[in-house]
Amino acid sequence: MNTQESIADTAVKTWFKAAPIEKFPKNAGACIKYKDQQIAVFNFTRENKWYACQNLCPHKMEMVLSRGMIGEENGIPKVACPLHKNTFSLETGESITGACDAITTFPVKIADGYVWVGFSD
Amino acid sequence: MKTIVVVGNGMVGYKFCEKFVAQATKEDYQLVVFGEEPRVAYDRVHLSEFFEDGDAERLALAPKTWYEEHGIHLHINEQVTEINRKDKTLGTSKGDRYSYDTLVMATGSVPFVPPIRGVEKKGVFVYRTIEDLEETLAYAETVKGGKAAILGGGLLGLEAAKAVMDMGLEPHVVEFAPKLMPRQLDTRSSKVLQVKLESMGIHVHLSKATNQILGNGSITGMEFGEDDVLDVDMLVVSAGIRPRDELGKNAGLDMGTRGGIVVNDRMQTSDPDILAIGEVALYNQMIYGLVAPGYEMAQVAVDQILGRSEARMAAEIDMSTKLKLIGVDVASFGIPFMPADKGHSIIFENKTESLYKRINVTHDGKKLLGGILVGDAADYNMLLQLYQNEMALPENPEDLILGSRGGGPSAFGSAMDLPDTAVVCSCEAVTKGAICCSVLDDGNESVKAVAKATKATTGCGGCKPMVVDLVTESLKSLGKTVKVQLCEHFEYSRQELFDIVKLKNIQDYDTLLDLVGKGHGCEVCKPAVAAIFASIYNETANVQPAIQDTNDRFLANIQRNGTYSVVPRVAGGEITPKQLMTLGRIAQKFDLYTKITGGQRIDMFGAQLHELPLIWEELIAEGFETGQAYGKSLRTVKSCVGSTWCRYGMDESVSFAVEIEHRYKGIRSPHKFKGGVSGCIRECAEARCKDFGFIAVEGGWNVYVAGNGGANPKHAELLAEKVDKETAIRYVDRFIMYYIKTAQPLTRTAAWLEKLEGGITYLQNVVINDSLGIAADLDAEMQALVDSYKCEWKEAVENPEIRARYTHFVNSDATDDSIEFVSLREQKMPKEWA
Repeated sequence: MNTQESIADTAVKTWFKAAPIEKFPKNAGACIKYKDQQIAVFNFTRENKWYACQNLCPHKMEMVLSRGMIGEENGIPKVACPLHKNTFSLETGESITGACDAITTFPVKIADGYVWVGFSD
Repeated sequence: MKTIVVVGNGMVGYKFCEKFVAQATKEDYQLVVFGEEPRVAYDRVHLSEFFEDGDAERLALAPKTWYEEHGIHLHINEQVTEINRKDKTLGTSKGDRYSYDTLVMATGSVPFVPPIRGVEKKGVFVYRTIEDLEETLAYAETVKGGKAAILGGGLLGLEAAKAVMDMGLEPHVVEFAPKLMPRQLDTRSSKVLQVKLESMGIHVHLSKATNQILGNGSITGMEFGEDDVLDVDMLVVSAGIRPRDELGKNAGLDMGTRGGIVVNDRMQTSDPDILAIGEVALYNQMIYGLVAPGYEMAQVAVDQILGRSEARMAAEIDMSTKLKLIGVDVASFGIPFMPADKGHSIIFENKTESLYKRINVTHDGKKLLGGILVGDAADYNMLLQLYQNEMALPENPEDLILGSRGGGPSAFGSAMDLPDTAVVCSCEAVTKGAICCSVLDDGNESVKAVAKATKATTGCGGCKPMVVDLVTESLKSLGKTVKVQLCEHFEYSRQELFDIVKLKNIQDYDTLLDLVGKGHGCEVCKPAVAAIFASIYNETANVQPAIQDTNDRFLANIQRNGTYSVVPRVAGGEITPKQLMTLGRIAQKFDLYTKITGGQRIDMFGAQLHELPLIWEELIAEGFETGQAYGKSLRTVKSCVGSTWCRYGMDESVSFAVEIEHRYKGIRSPHKFKGGVSGCIRECAEARCKDFGFIAVEGGWNVYVAGNGGANPKHAELLAEKVDKETAIRYVDRFIMYYIKTAQPLTRTAAWLEKLEGGITYLQNVVINDSLGIAADLDAEMQALVDSYKCEWKEAVENPEIRARYTHFVNSDATDDSIEFVSLREQKMPKEWA
């Protein structure tokens, strides 16, 4: 999964209706299941934005990113892996601390009180 | 345009290029470099780091593109085979010819392999290049778990011993001399080092002359004498170096009787158009196998070529060295061993802590001549400066190694007292003056900027603490305060934020960020601010989960595979048989790996997120409460069994530990903190390795503060002697509260006290004599924290909203099926990382 390219809005073929908004903690992340994939979804309440990425941290291959702290560095939204504090841009998936592969990011939209995540399959 | 050819692309050869391109006019010279190794110059000093990730690129001193950018013609994998001095040309292994105006020989050295019978057998290696290391590594794989000998107990040999240990072999160092590191250490310090290395699993064999290498084809052992055989599966030879001088020899240059190309103090060989630098050069009848003199030679060679003929190599070369050998500090400087007619020595030795410090001073006690440090070389930089600059010593020179006793200021004074000419960074020859000027005149306002401009700290990095001090002091002299700010979102220190939150009665993170911060926060400021809220309002981590580190957010310690461990409080390490059975039953039910912790409690590993509330529900029903092993908060108070059972006990250490652990439980602080209580001075509870410790003595308790184990172990300092229990508690209350209010995030008490101006004496004044007039406040604040304790796991289990956080997926009841366990000694462990 970590080799997958990040999905642009235009490439979305399936909008997956993940869960009601209130299931997601404010200013933090939660994990959703889509087919066999684990996707981390982040609710940036302060900025009123949502992001999604793979739940797998490419550093040690553990399903943990949804439990990481979120924040921002020079305006770029990021998530810090809870295991070793490697940080990744939630816009591009790039490793900010360096030394890690990029992660896959997915588009998120809010409609009908639900969080939807876009996939290309 | 003149052509300068450098033969050899090692550390010194590279340094020559770096200095040359920085100082020469590009249009006037063409630089051509030959290196026989398949890669560009790399850092041989840190070769053992190659193991950590096998990344050879990381060791490179500069990438290939650097050479291109500076117009250097780099030929790697091409050896210079012959020099024709008459027509000033040279031939290479590729059959090409090149001409030169000036030739710089930087061919370095090769490991010396003594002519021992059988040395050609399979499994015998040297330790010099990345290729050597790769071959050794490949062979080591085939004999994993076996024994490996290292021939030579010098600097490199001990480095090699560590490398061999990392390869999974049992290392045996074999040295001909009766001591380790014979060039740098005296007999006593060598013994201290030996004991320390042996405790780490490195076997040492001294006074051994190897007669032959045993084995049929491959090495199976070494024979030292009759019936004296060491069985080994591999051998790494590290018996010194020999200059790579055959090129010079064949060209008819003057050679030393035991090798090396003779050079004068301008680095010229007997042919003035050929210079030699580094380990191939014989200067003062000596080959210098250290990086620093090699770099100095490179500079002198650059000076000669650029017409600065007055530049000369120093007559006496400083052989001072400091290094971390397998985690043990070892340093020697000046004259390490000294004849008695020149001065006298002051020696401090502590065998139990593997510490040895020796300084040699003149008879009048005024000047430092040299010394040796083993186990703790923190003062090496200052001692080296005192020696190099012939500075006056304090009245009692022993203070230099013992520390000043009686609470006075440090025996060293400040780095700012050094003369401007003092060389602070010896790898790059940067003086104190240059560092201060870089700040004062060139406007470099951080250590990073100064390092970039002057190159100081970029070599071995040993001078960094001193450079930090110089930069900080220089900035202060400009009237600029060195702002300690939390991160890009808050331009305040933790102490300032603490006061802001308290004075303005701020209740949540977003309000604070809107009021005094900017942006949207990050993983640095969020947990730091969370700890401040906890310290002021004693709110649990459940109240603002999004600003807590993962461990606090889920009230458990995240482990390697993303599962968690569970640690209930076992105050003072006292536990009933029934409680033990309860823990056993619950651990068995949830299939958890169990282990006794260093803090005398029981850790249960391998719980998945959704299992945590289920486990805690049962634990709480049985009367357990959270141990907060996940928090920056009180962990445990360790105790010995004390006078209730022990025939030596002076007082009831367990009762005291239980009481004090319940007093401080739940209190969040800048970092974790631990306590210990010992019933007598035998100190079985190791209270002096803790942030606070009590030791029962005749007539009361001794109170110690600010110790820790961990990466930088430090013994706690004596705060008060022979006080009664109530007084002891009061002093520690104030100490902890004062620490909580003033320390930087993630700073243990020991590091905090080290930075506190006035140190332990100042702290004694604050907590005992109330010099700041805040003792009553500290007492009240601590009491408020103690009175408002609640178990946050009880809160989480009983509150459905908090409990709902413990699911792996928010859109499915499925559990994480990516977690895999394997079995280990009848328990389970996480499956290895892919």
